[in-house]
Amino acid sequence: MSVPHVLLALLSEGPKYGLQLREEFEAGTGEVWPLNVGQVYKTLGRLERDGLAESDGTGQDGREKTGQKRFRITPRGAEALAAWLRTPPDLTSPPRDELVMKVLVAARVPGTDAHEVIQAHRVYLLELMQQWTRLKEGEARDDLSLALVVDAELFRLDAVIRWLDAAEVRLARAAAEPPRPASAAPVPAPQLRRLGARR
Amino acid sequence: MSQPGPGGSAASVLELRGVSKTYGQEPATVHALAGIDLSVRGGEMVAVMGPSGSGKSTLLTIAGSLEEPTSGEVLVCGMALAGMPRGRRARLRRRVIGYVFQDFNLLPGLTAAENAALPLELDGVAVPKARAAALAALAALGVADRAGWFPDQLSGGERQRVAIARAVVGERRLLLADEPSGALDSVNAGEVMRLLHEACQRGVAAVVVTHDAQLAAWADRIVLLRDGRMTGHTTRPPGPESLLIPREAQ
Repeated sequence: MSVPHVLLALLSEGPKYGLQLREEFEAGTGEVWPLNVGQVYKTLGRLERDGLAESDGTGQDGREKTGQKRFRITPRGAEALAAWLRTPPDLTSPPRDELVMKVLVAARVPGTDAHEVIQAHRVYLLELMQQWTRLKEGEARDDLSLALVVDAELFRLDAVIRWLDAAEVRLARAAAEPPRPASAAPVPAPQLRRLGARR
Repeated sequence: MSQPGPGGSAASVLELRGVSKTYGQEPATVHALAGIDLSVRGGEMVAVMGPSGSGKSTLLTIAGSLEEPTSGEVLVCGMALAGMPRGRRARLRRRVIGYVFQDFNLLPGLTAAENAALPLELDGVAVPKARAAALAALAALGVADRAGWFPDQLSGGERQRVAIARAVVGERRLLLADEPSGALDSVNAGEVMRLLHEACQRGVAAVVVTHDAQLAAWADRIVLLRDGRMTGHTTRPPGPESLLIPREAQ
């Protein structure tokens, strides 16, 4: 997630202090993404250096004090924010997914019941979805940001469960099919683009 | 006798004990359900998930006494359905059990209030009393202002609210729902589950059959079926506060 751009978005509403930005960042992201004060000031320093934000900050004794600085977005910062909002994130390569790896491995390890492995993960994911749903039912009812974050998480977990369902069907079909006779010439397996897995 | 399933207790509104159901004759017998144990208490919502043909809908029709198990016992409010005279069983179905169907099943010639009042009227409750109960149920579901409207004048979400009102009207104790969100979009489907969950919080026990994990996640417990057998269930997860930022950790 891009902390600099979320801070720029908050500054686009008007000048703000660092601590205020941290509070608004957490409230605006449904309080599920923690952000410490050090991270906020470090990022603001970079934004200032790059000309995307500026500050009016001097303390009462005339010396600069980070905690008393008020930051505002610059026209270049507003342009950078607008460009970021419209730039799709890089989703071209599959993420490095530990669960996918576990199911692939379970299908190969002798004596391992892949269905049992899948079931254990399915139950865990459903329990996680129950927790998110309780959050949706309670705190997220009057908090639009939190409701959007909870929906995103529920759709993500739902997609993982659907993949587990599909994987289970595929494994069952593969187990029921007779093994294919080895062909004379090995067919080269298609390669996924090696772009490096996303994390 | 087999033990009650997870969540079993003396206060169970619905209890299935070793329930099996087979169709057809040997050698072409189909085992739709095999040795199902399940208990649902008042105030509790249980979701039943599983792939097509796993036995979800059969479980629901047996729980609702619309079909008899080949073996095993079904108890509703502590009363065993086996051997119960037909008339008494029909009365139990009308008074205690409410059904919510995928396609709503509202009668097109009746208004929302008349649809919701129908189960009580069929049970011999006087029309004014049945109507008052129907209006209360419609109000609880936020569609009191649609009482005089016919089903074809209502949106999909409103129709399903009326269908839920009809299912909970009066003193129903057990709600059985088969894919209750029908073809509604995900926001309206979630709203249907919220309403069913609120009905449970008022003391009703519910069994919801669904293939949708997002809808099942509204339940207190999720039971997984496969090839007619219960293959797993969730245990009560920790509260949602564990998903939020721990303040002391900052």
